[in-house]
Amino acid sequence: MKLSFEINGRACDLDVAPMRRLLDVLREELRLTGTKEGCGEGECGACTVLIDGVPVNACLVPVAQVAGTAVRTIEDIADDNGVLTDVQRAMIDHGGAQCGICTPGIVVCAAAAIEREPDASRERLRELLAGNLCRCTGYQRIVDAVADAQAVRRGR
Amino acid sequence: MPAGETSSSTVGASVPKVDGAAKVTGAARYVDDLEVPGVLFGRTVRSAVPHATLKAIRLDPEFDWSDVTVVTADDIPGDNYVALNIPDQPALVPVGGSIRHVDEPVALVAAPTRERADAAVAHVHLDVDELPAIFTIEEALAKQTLLHGDDNVFKRFEILRGGDVEQALAECDIVVEGTYRTGAQEQMYIEPQGVVSWWDDRGACRVVGSMQCPYYVHKALKVILALDDEHTIITQAVTGGGFGGKEDYPSILSAHAALLARKAKAPVKIIYNRAEDIAATTKRHPARVHHRLGLRRDGTLVACDVDVVLDGGAYATLSAVVLSRAVLHAAGPYKFEHVRIRGRAVATNTPPHGAFRGFGAPQATIAYERQVQKAARAVGLDPFEMRRRNMLRLGDATATGQVLASSVGSDQVLDAVATRLGDDVPERAGLATAGGEVKRGRGLAFYFHGAGFTGSGEAHLKGKATVATTRGGGFEVRSSSTDIGQGSNTMFSQIAATALGIDIDRVSLSEATTEVVPNSGPTVASRTCMVVGRVVQEAAAKLRARLEKYAEQQGLGDCDLCDVARSHYAAEGEAAEMVTYDPPPGIEWDDETYTGSAYPCYGWAACLVDVAVDLDTYEVTVERCVHAVDVGKAIHPVIVKGQIEGGTLQALGWALWENVVYRDGRVVNASMTDCIIPTFWDAPDLDTILIEEPYPYGPHGAKGVGEIPMDGPGAAVAAALEDALGVPFDELPILPETIHRAVRGEGGS
Repeated sequence: MKLSFEINGRACDLDVAPMRRLLDVLREELRLTGTKEGCGEGECGACTVLIDGVPVNACLVPVAQVAGTAVRTIEDIADDNGVLTDVQRAMIDHGGAQCGICTPGIVVCAAAAIEREPDASRERLRELLAGNLCRCTGYQRIVDAVADAQAVRRGR
Repeated sequence: MPAGETSSSTVGASVPKVDGAAKVTGAARYVDDLEVPGVLFGRTVRSAVPHATLKAIRLDPEFDWSDVTVVTADDIPGDNYVALNIPDQPALVPVGGSIRHVDEPVALVAAPTRERADAAVAHVHLDVDELPAIFTIEEALAKQTLLHGDDNVFKRFEILRGGDVEQALAECDIVVEGTYRTGAQEQMYIEPQGVVSWWDDRGACRVVGSMQCPYYVHKALKVILALDDEHTIITQAVTGGGFGGKEDYPSILSAHAALLARKAKAPVKIIYNRAEDIAATTKRHPARVHHRLGLRRDGTLVACDVDVVLDGGAYATLSAVVLSRAVLHAAGPYKFEHVRIRGRAVATNTPPHGAFRGFGAPQATIAYERQVQKAARAVGLDPFEMRRRNMLRLGDATATGQVLASSVGSDQVLDAVATRLGDDVPERAGLATAGGEVKRGRGLAFYFHGAGFTGSGEAHLKGKATVATTRGGGFEVRSSSTDIGQGSNTMFSQIAATALGIDIDRVSLSEATTEVVPNSGPTVASRTCMVVGRVVQEAAAKLRARLEKYAEQQGLGDCDLCDVARSHYAAEGEAAEMVTYDPPPGIEWDDETYTGSAYPCYGWAACLVDVAVDLDTYEVTVERCVHAVDVGKAIHPVIVKGQIEGGTLQALGWALWENVVYRDGRVVNASMTDCIIPTFWDAPDLDTILIEEPYPYGPHGAKGVGEIPMDGPGAAVAAALEDALGVPFDELPILPETIHRAVRGEGGS
C-alpha cells in the first residue's frame, strides 16, 4: 500500500503492508531506532510516539492509520541544533534515566503532557505518565524532572 | 586526603551521567537497534512439557525449509552444557535426553524474516514420553519424583553458633514461630533479552548483546563451541536493565545465536518477545522459611532456629549461591547467643530460578522481620525500641561469628527514620480520596545486606581493571563491569578523574568487550562500585604516579597530567596500569563450617511504610515510604538515591502487586498486561535518606548499595497491614484477595 504521512517534520512516502506495525516501519524502514519495543502489547509505553500531537503506542498502530497525519518520534524532540529540551535536560540533571530503554517513550509522553497541561500537579503528572513503565527508577526522579521542566517552562 | 587525590574531586558530586544525553535523545544503541547487514532472525523451539524423555525432533516435510537454518544438539561442536556451577543444564536437549521444564530449548531456527522464523518454529514437532513432574517445594522434599541426586536437594548449608539451640529455645520466656512464603518475582527489565552473533574472518565467534557479565558468556561459549579465549569475543551492548535477570541467562541466548550463525554462515539475532522472556528466563526463587525466635520477657533476643527452603527449578544454575546469601542473612542484623540456620535449595520441574536483586536476602528478611515484629508485639515494645535493644553495633558478632570492625550504620539509619517522623502518626481510619472507608497502618523494617561476594569469593575472583592513556591526552577505564543503568560508567569516571586529579570529561570508558577489557568479575552482588571501583581508583593512582615520574624526568613538571599523558603517548605509546583486587586484611572465611567474615562489610537500612487499605476493594495504597540506607559514601548522590528508589519500588511491587502465576510448571500470566509491575500511578513519593558510615576499603568509603533497598520494604508493608487490620500477613505478595481472606478469618496467610 502506498502511504503518505509526515515524519518528524518531513514528508514521507512509503509502499508498505498496511497492517505492519508503525513501530516496525519506524525502526526498520525509516531507521528511527530511538522508539523502543518493550512488550508489543501496549503496556510499557517504550514505543510512545506522537500522532498529531497525541501520545500513542506505536506497537498497536497499523501503519495505514497514520496516512495523512504528522508523526513525531524521540529523534524530533531535541531541536535541530541538537539542543536538549527542558524535559531532556531535567531528566539528565535529576537522574531520570537509568538503563534508558523506557526514556525515549517517557520523554515523548512528558513533552506532550506539559504542552497540553502546563500546570499539572505532581499527582496529575503521575496520571499523565502512567502509560509508561520504568523498572529502574521507582519513578521518583522522573516525576521530579518533569515537574522541574514544567517550572522552567512557566518561568519563561 | 589519600595519595592521588586533589581538591578538584568530582567524587561526591552529582555530575551529569556520562550516557545521559544519548539516553534522553534516543541515540543510545541497544542490541535490537544495531544494523547488521544480512542478519537472520533466530527463534527457539521449546519443550512444551514439564518432564519427559525427548524421543525425536521431526521437521514437517510439507513446510518449505529452503531458507531456514535448523540447529539441534547434534550441531554442538563442544560440550552440551551451560557452564556456571554444576554442568547439568544442556544448551539444547538432545534426542534421548531429559526435558525438565516446559520452556526448555530443544531446537533453534533462523530465517531471513521474523515471520518465516515464527512459521518454522510451528513446523518443528517433538515426540516425547512424558514423566511425572513436581512443581512445589513440598513435592520436591517428598521426593515424589527424583530430579537431582537421591533427595532433590541441589545444595544444603548449616550455620551453628553458641550452644544447643533447642535447649536455648526451651529456656526462653517467649518463642515466636512462623512460616513465611514468598513467590517468584519477574525482573521485568523493559528491554527483553537479546543478542546478535556472527563469526568473523579469522574464525572468531562474536556476540554483542544485552548482558551483565560478558565473561560469564565467554566461559559458557568456549565450552559449547569448543573455542579458545581468543576466538570468543563477547561485547555488551547498551543494556536496558538487568536486576540479575541478565546475569547468567544471556549465556544461553548467546550460545544459541552463535550455533545458528555457525551453521547458517550468517549473522543471527535473537530477541525474545515479552511472553517468551517472562516464561522462559529466570526469576526470584520462591521460598519457604520456617523461623523460631526465642526471647526474654524484656525483649532481649536469645536464640533463633531458621529453616530456609528455596525452589531452584529444573537446574542448579545459581541456586547454591542464592541459598548461601539467604542463610547468611537469615538471623538478620541482630545479636543472638544461639543460632541454627539450615538451608536447602531443591529441584522442581519449573524453569530455573535465578538471580534477582537481593539474591536470597529478601526472602530471609521478610521472615526475620515479621518474627521480630511479632516478638515486639508479644512483649509490648515499640518497633524502634525492639530493634535498638537487639541490633548489631560496631564490635558485635554476627551469626557466623564475624566481629563488625567498621562501617556499621545500624543506629544511624533507625534514628534517621525516627527523626524524619517526629511526632507524626497516621490517621488510623478515615476516608479515601474516592470516598470509601479506609484503615491505615504503619510498619517498620530494619535490615542489613552483605556487600560483595560471599566469604572468600573476591579472593578467588581476583577482579581486574585497567586505566590507560589515550592518544589525545585523555584516559580510558577498561573493565568488564557493565553499566546496566545503575550508573557505573559515570561513577568509574568520577573515581578515575578524582584519582588522576583531572576533569571528568578527560576520562572515557572502554566498551565492555572481552577483546579489550580484563575480567573484573561479574556485575552482581553490589560489588561494582565497592570492589571494582576500588581497583579503578588504584589503577588510576598508579598511572598518575607513573606519569608524574615521567614528567619529572622530562622536565614537564609544570604541565597538567593530560599534557603529560599526551607527550608520553606521543613518545612511548599507550601507558596502562592494570590492578587486581586485593581483599582487605582480616577477611577469614571457612567454607566448611560457614563461620568467619561472610562479607567484607554490610549495608544497613531502615524502611518505614504507611499504608491505607480500602475496605471495599482491599486495595492497598502506600501513602508514605521513608527509607534510610547506610551506603558508606555516595560517590554520586543522585545515582545512589536512584538505586535506592528503584529497589524500593521493586520491593513494594513484590509485596503488593507482582504475582507470577504457574500452572503445572508453566507461567500462565506471561505478559505485561497480566504480570504487572508498579506504574507511576501506583508508586508513592519516596523519601530517601543517605547515611554515610565509610567502609575503609571501598573507594572513598563507598560500599554496596544496589541490592539492599530490595530486602526490607516488603516486611515493612506486611507489618503496616497487620497494624491496620489486626491480622498477620506472612506471605508475599499480599494481593487484595489475600487481604479479603485474612480479614474474614479464612487463613489467607
